[in-house]
Amino acid sequence: MFPLLLLLCLPPALAAVDCNTEYKNGYQVRLSIKTALGDQAYDWNESEMFLFRATIAFAMRKFNKTEAYEVSNIVVCNQTPRVSFWFIVTSPEDPAQAISKNIVEQAVRESRNRINNAFLLTDKSLEFLGIPPTLAAPIIPATPPWLIVFGVVIGAVCAGIVALLVTSFVKRRREKKAKVVPEEEDQAKGTDKAVTGETFEDRNGVYNLGFADDDRFTQL
Amino acid sequence: MKLKLPNPGLDERIPSHAKLEKLEVEEADSRPKWDNKAQYMLTCVGFCIGLGNVWRFPYLCQSHGGGAFIIPFLILLVLEGVPLLFLEFAIGQRLRSGSVGVWRSIHPYLTGVGIASMMVSFLVSLYYNTILSWVIWYLFNSFQSPLPWSQCPLNENRTALVSECARSSSVDYFWYRETLDTSAAIDDSGGLQWWLVLVSLCAWAVLYVCCIRGIESTGKAVYVTSTLPYVVLLIFLIRGLTLKGSVSGIQFLFTPDVKELMNPQTWLDAGAQVFYSFGLAWGGLISFSSYNSVHNNCEQDAVIISIITGCTSLYAAIVIYSIIGFRATEKFDDCLSGNILALLNTFDLAEGSINESNYDVELQRLNGTSPDIIQGLQLRGCDIQTFLSEGVEGTGLAFIVFTEAITKMPISPLWSVLFFIMLFCLGLSSLFGNIEGVVVPLQDLKVLPKTWSKEVYTGLTCLVSFLMALIFSQRSGNYWVALFDTFAGSIPLLTIAFFEMIAVSYIYGIDRFSEDIEFMIGHKPNIFWRASWMVISPLIVLAIFIAYFVSKVTEELTYTAWVPDSENFPNLANLPYPGWIYVIIFILAGVPSLAVPFVALFKYIQNRCGRGH
Repeated sequence: MFPLLLLLCLPPALAAVDCNTEYKNGYQVRLSIKTALGDQAYDWNESEMFLFRATIAFAMRKFNKTEAYEVSNIVVCNQTPRVSFWFIVTSPEDPAQAISKNIVEQAVRESRNRINNAFLLTDKSLEFLGIPPTLAAPIIPATPPWLIVFGVVIGAVCAGIVALLVTSFVKRRREKKAKVVPEEEDQAKGTDKAVTGETFEDRNGVYNLGFADDDRFTQL
Repeated sequence: MKLKLPNPGLDERIPSHAKLEKLEVEEADSRPKWDNKAQYMLTCVGFCIGLGNVWRFPYLCQSHGGGAFIIPFLILLVLEGVPLLFLEFAIGQRLRSGSVGVWRSIHPYLTGVGIASMMVSFLVSLYYNTILSWVIWYLFNSFQSPLPWSQCPLNENRTALVSECARSSSVDYFWYRETLDTSAAIDDSGGLQWWLVLVSLCAWAVLYVCCIRGIESTGKAVYVTSTLPYVVLLIFLIRGLTLKGSVSGIQFLFTPDVKELMNPQTWLDAGAQVFYSFGLAWGGLISFSSYNSVHNNCEQDAVIISIITGCTSLYAAIVIYSIIGFRATEKFDDCLSGNILALLNTFDLAEGSINESNYDVELQRLNGTSPDIIQGLQLRGCDIQTFLSEGVEGTGLAFIVFTEAITKMPISPLWSVLFFIMLFCLGLSSLFGNIEGVVVPLQDLKVLPKTWSKEVYTGLTCLVSFLMALIFSQRSGNYWVALFDTFAGSIPLLTIAFFEMIAVSYIYGIDRFSEDIEFMIGHKPNIFWRASWMVISPLIVLAIFIAYFVSKVTEELTYTAWVPDSENFPNLANLPYPGWIYVIIFILAGVPSLAVPFVALFKYIQNRCGRGH
């Protein structure tokens, strides 16, 4: 009689895996709901815990497509007011058997986004201690944007330089042509200019002979 | 009555009052002219207001006792800045020539003063335009969201952030690694970096297109470059005041610490700041005022420009410190939240049980119950004063502190673009004066063929400068810029300014100068001006020179470097300069200063040999 009773008692005892002793296969989870959501923060209660266990079960099912994990397979313990706790995943076939850490990690990583969204949280506010978040790759555009802006600016500046140089050159040629005629009249006037002429006229480029085309006039 | 050195032949070298009047009336002068008074004022204001007003003055204000610093600044502005400004304006307007022409007219032996001005303007424009090219780089990189300096890049395995970035910060990393790719020491030159060469080319090209026809083109450009910074500063002021913590920044800036007035270093720094921020002794101001009409009221101009410069420095300081206050408050909040989170996690307390108001009380309680755990956590001390006083001057202010603050504002790319356009305009308008101070003496010295037009002179100057500035595009370029900044623009300018005042007061003659001013503006300069030119300002400049010279010669010269392998990383390492740097320092500071006596000696020998034959 007694051995039979003992036999009947044992399986349930074995079935309840104590996550305190099995911590090497468990993960600690920490939620920072108030920091993340501020006024919209919800309270953490049994229903939320049920949702958590359900999402982890979902993650395990998604990862291991053959096994049908149930909410009861997710065992939770050590809840604190911080809102942190430990959980262990047990195998559906053998509730006494805990699933190894690696498999749980891979499953969580695969469905991390879905788990976060179920709680309106992010990788930072729903932490799985020991499972690093997958870092988002920074967006690298094909052409660095600064080169595009540089190209535009340099193009405009070069166009400006060319335009200014050409208009200067044209203006000077026109002035040279116009200067030839009144020059003969000027020479009759006083030589007052000759005294200061050298100091002032040299300093600016108005009367420079650089662009003069003397050959044109000597032919006359 | 007053001491005057003999100066034969002065009347032949300078145009007489009658001649000037004739030129004025007949408009026969073929020198370039300002289109209107506004152009002249904007150009001078743009030249005086530069990057130093934005990132040097606020730092000096804050490190020398806040509001108390304004007292020595204002006193020295009145005793040193305004008289020198008036002197340069008046002498340029009277003698109608650039810096070399003016000093050569006063006495041929003084040509060295003009040549020294030209050399200093040239050396400074080299590194100043490099800083502008860095501003352009940041400006071009602001046209994207998120800003590239707001996040650290990942390492090759995509498992973690790049170590150098994670240990310092994303803004530091972007500045020192992605922009400068700085080497660990000034000896280690590394190669040229193509992106820096490109932006340097852009900077010199923009400068060339604006200066291509002298004041004809810069006169148009200054309508934008001199006014835009004020508009942007106003926008930032409004933006800054609406941010949390900005008022604490302004309070920090203006908290007067009257004890600092006893510190001679404060007065020295105030004097140096007034001197450098006014663009005196560069030759550019003399040149600009020589394009004025003879009867322009230069006394009024000098006073107005001084007031504008002083007020702008204060205005910029308020804006900068409101943003710094915001950044410091953000950092303080982050630091505190980090500590609170650590406590909550370790002791598994509910969220919200520890917040900013009861942090200290709770920390005490927990320290009482479990001191070892608290020790093990190694909580950082969070003090807002420390964050407010984190070294914020120079390029560090613009490219690290301010860019970090901008990343925390909403619509960051907009603020970034505005900020860097403002810096670009401030720097560009100062460079106009520099280029003027190089090109006009070149023309006056007649070293190049006379037939070359102004466009060719300016183009040649810009091209040679661009090629020489390639040393700043190396990996050690940042250290070279700091070297040039410390030595090229300090001692030579003080020497030149001193000789300018001696030349005008004693070689040209203060009496003759007073009569000239009476001819130009209708009344003689009063006793204050004359006392300043003859005694007060030269003494102040001499005092600053001696103090500066002594301090530089006696101390061991070091520079700060970004060394990822050093123990104090991310703090900058203090390295000593290598031996050969002293040669470079001599070239930068010594050659322009010594040009004054050497050219005088050269001309003297030339004169004696000429007479001997």
